[in-house]
Amino acid sequence: MSEMIATRDGFGDEILELGRENKNIYVIDVDLGKSCKTQTFLKELPKQHINVGIAEQNAAGIAAGLATCGKIPFVATFAIFESLRMLEMIRQEVCYPNLNVNFIGSHGGFTSASDGASHQSIEDMGVLRCLPNMTIIMPSDYWGTRRLVRAAADLNGPVFIRLTREKVDVIYDENTRFEIGKSIQLREGSDAAIIANGDTVRLALKAADELTKQGFSVRLIDMHTVKPLDIDAVVKSVDDIGKIVTVEDHTIINGLGSAVCEVVAEMGRGKVKRIGVPDKFGESATYERLLEKSGITVENICEQVKRLNVK
Amino acid sequence: MKIDKKPTVHELKVIANDLRKKVVTMIYEARSGHPGGSLSAADYVAAVYFREMIIDPENPKWEDRDRFVLSKGHVCPVQYAALAKRGFFDEKLLHTLRQEGSFLQGHPNMECPGIDIPTGSLGQGLACAVGMAIAGKRDEKKYRVFVVLGDGECQEGEIWEAAQTANKYELDNLIVFVDNNHLQIDGTTDEIMPNLDLGKKFEAFGFEVYNIDGHNMEQIVRTLDTVRLRRKSCRPKCIVGQTIKGRGVLFMENIGGWHGVAPKQDEFEEAMQELEEMEQILKMEVNDR
Repeated sequence: MSEMIATRDGFGDEILELGRENKNIYVIDVDLGKSCKTQTFLKELPKQHINVGIAEQNAAGIAAGLATCGKIPFVATFAIFESLRMLEMIRQEVCYPNLNVNFIGSHGGFTSASDGASHQSIEDMGVLRCLPNMTIIMPSDYWGTRRLVRAAADLNGPVFIRLTREKVDVIYDENTRFEIGKSIQLREGSDAAIIANGDTVRLALKAADELTKQGFSVRLIDMHTVKPLDIDAVVKSVDDIGKIVTVEDHTIINGLGSAVCEVVAEMGRGKVKRIGVPDKFGESATYERLLEKSGITVENICEQVKRLNVK
Repeated sequence: MKIDKKPTVHELKVIANDLRKKVVTMIYEARSGHPGGSLSAADYVAAVYFREMIIDPENPKWEDRDRFVLSKGHVCPVQYAALAKRGFFDEKLLHTLRQEGSFLQGHPNMECPGIDIPTGSLGQGLACAVGMAIAGKRDEKKYRVFVVLGDGECQEGEIWEAAQTANKYELDNLIVFVDNNHLQIDGTTDEIMPNLDLGKKFEAFGFEVYNIDGHNMEQIVRTLDTVRLRRKSCRPKCIVGQTIKGRGVLFMENIGGWHGVAPKQDEFEEAMQELEEMEQILKMEVNDR
């Protein structure tokens, strides 16, 4: 068994290092600092920390104001409130002037499982993907999170980083190199390309191993950046293989699957099957059960790869 | 305009009248824009830009500069007029308001020299100003942050989120002006959504509040003097200025319909004639002394 750590812990560890190195790194909490793992940062670097209470809208505006004064703010709260309650402020005050404000959206996808539909963030990336200048990232493990949080601080423009609540397998190590907009190929194969991100990468890895046992070989891509999408990796998968299965814990509307389909449709060839949350709300249940009800499972990934290979 | 010494109250009145002429001309030429609120804010904007703020037209992004956030972004013609007059850009560019390729956009963005944050969607400016003021305090900078709010936009919840944050972080470097002209697009603020007493509201949110006549230059200047002296009071400041929408152009005064409509040619001529007469009156006032 590999080690398991939640991606939000990756944020907590990296932001502390960043804050120690650079006094312009700021954290803005919205009364969810404990959940977003910013408590050590607060304790050690109180002069770089702001907690605005339960008031999302002004958190985004304050971040914009700080950024115009040379600060590099990280606004940390649940992905659902960040992407939707703050949306217009993110558009008007951060994306429009293209400021270096970073939004950490924890508890992305179904990971607020037992809290029910009000807290399950299945639309966040889709909504934010429409905003000009916005970069959207969903790391799949602890090291990916740490490296991409650091890259977001260095990128001069708005970034949304979607994290999750549950502990997930550590896939990478300290030495793995991450670049915003550049996907990572985890397996090579010729029967299909599986393109996944975030927590679903662990499912795709298991599916890839299962498929190998059954005589199939798949390419597996960790598409940690949804925008700007690594278009070259998609084009190459169409050219080399022609069959793609996308996997995401997000509504199938305007997320990773949609982004891949846009590239494939404009190429005029290649087949895509999207696995994701159908166009409906979730409910209180366990995380695994919610994924299962939407077909976001190892079994369904295997099934869809096989279907694409029926002559 | 280079400022060697602080202008007098009378000089500020002349400047405010000139800003009004520029506003009316810009909006007439652009055939769109928001004259009513631009005119109601003109006196305060003149006082802040020409007497109060420490800014450098040669270096608009100077990190120690005072900041100005026009939260009611639709009245940007009056800010553009002030910036041009202060030398941030050529006054000739005022003729390009709302034209394709101009940095004088319909609502302000940061391409325009002297604009510190984009505004236009109401209720969002104060939070941005709070961010700037926090940065200033944490970095122990001397700069202050001036915000102009419309009374109508005080109906937005985000204003009060930002106000409570200003109190928490003791932002004595934040000066809010409420342009209290009592009109919004669909009617009077009392009809559409009563603001009750905005001064009392800001006071309840921890601000030092100054209720003044927003067109009385003596009062504006005196209040800004007091506010400057109370820089270290650990409390944010709020000046509630009673104003008249369309102030300075008689047929526009207190008429909600002039919120976002450009004057036609005859209306433009009438407005300019009135403002030019005011200019003459102000000149005579000086001669009388």
